[in-house]
Amino acid sequence: MAVNPSDNFFISKLDWVANYARANSLWPMPFATACCGIELMSTASSRYDLARFGAEVMRFSPRQCDLMIVAGRVVMKMVPVMQRIWQQMPEPKWCISMGACASSGGVFDTYAVVQGIDRFIPVDVYVPGCPPRPEQLIRAVMDLQDKIRRTGTLMGEEFDRRSTHEGPMAMNESIPSEERVVAPGDYNTATRLR
Amino acid sequence: MLADEVLTKQFGAEAFQASDFRDNHRLIVPVDKVYAMIVALRDHAGFDFLVDITAVDYLHYPDATDRYGVVYCLSNTTTGVRVVVKTFVNDPDPMVPSVYSLWRGSDWMEREVFDMYGITFSDHPDLRRILMPDGFVGYPLRKDYPLRGYGERHNFTPITRAEG
Repeated sequence: MAVNPSDNFFISKLDWVANYARANSLWPMPFATACCGIELMSTASSRYDLARFGAEVMRFSPRQCDLMIVAGRVVMKMVPVMQRIWQQMPEPKWCISMGACASSGGVFDTYAVVQGIDRFIPVDVYVPGCPPRPEQLIRAVMDLQDKIRRTGTLMGEEFDRRSTHEGPMAMNESIPSEERVVAPGDYNTATRLR
Repeated sequence: MLADEVLTKQFGAEAFQASDFRDNHRLIVPVDKVYAMIVALRDHAGFDFLVDITAVDYLHYPDATDRYGVVYCLSNTTTGVRVVVKTFVNDPDPMVPSVYSLWRGSDWMEREVFDMYGITFSDHPDLRRILMPDGFVGYPLRKDYPLRGYGERHNFTPITRAEG
């Protein structure tokens, strides 16, 4: 019996296959520090049902995740933790900065609150709102899926090329010199990762 | 009030100032006698519960003569009476005796006051920062500390994609 080859295989690009798999099985790491975390839970639960986009598997171990959702304000004591969690996640990985506080510090313009996590880790999608509605987070996931489908590669070369910092520069560059940090040296050993 | 009687009997009426504001009874005591007076209040006036320890920075405060006030709130768990004991300390070395030997619960309260105001507590067993990171310098609740800090919040190394 003759087999028609077109019935048994199809031709595609490996990049496309990888992106297809990755975009439709984003496993989020919920880095929820504030009220945005409640909206994140709501997004994941039945009414908004993030499972429709393949992103329902919230893993509380960063080693099993490929999407970090930073939901809430991040204080300076939390930055080393956040950076370590980000580094523990296996490649390829993406980050959503959820809400005004994670994206810009929000109303918390004080000595202890970081003014946007993108100053310290790479961010793919920003979600405005205080807190954002679940629809906005779903939209962010859809945008991220679109980004993965458009730019992803099988071996993740799109990450290798980005060896420069993507976010805004550190804010102490914009602080006048008389107000600048007085004892930075301690952080090399005290709280920084490396 | 019982607290006044106990302190007057043991230290004399000139050793402290008592006043009332709303429903608070306040005792302003000198820093060198604050520990002995709190011991007297605990042992002889029944103030057996330490509610809180906090501090105030009186920089630029009208008519203030001292820089810092350390405030102890004590409670009598039998009668429900409360008393506020306040003492004043000054730069360059603001120091008050620790009441850790009286109440173990004062441990973290005194650490918080030290963290936020830089007031040291002599004889505290483990006086280090509790809220701010260990490497932090400065005392955020002092009035001369800027609201946005000295840039400590941005003193971290950014991570790029390639090194993640």
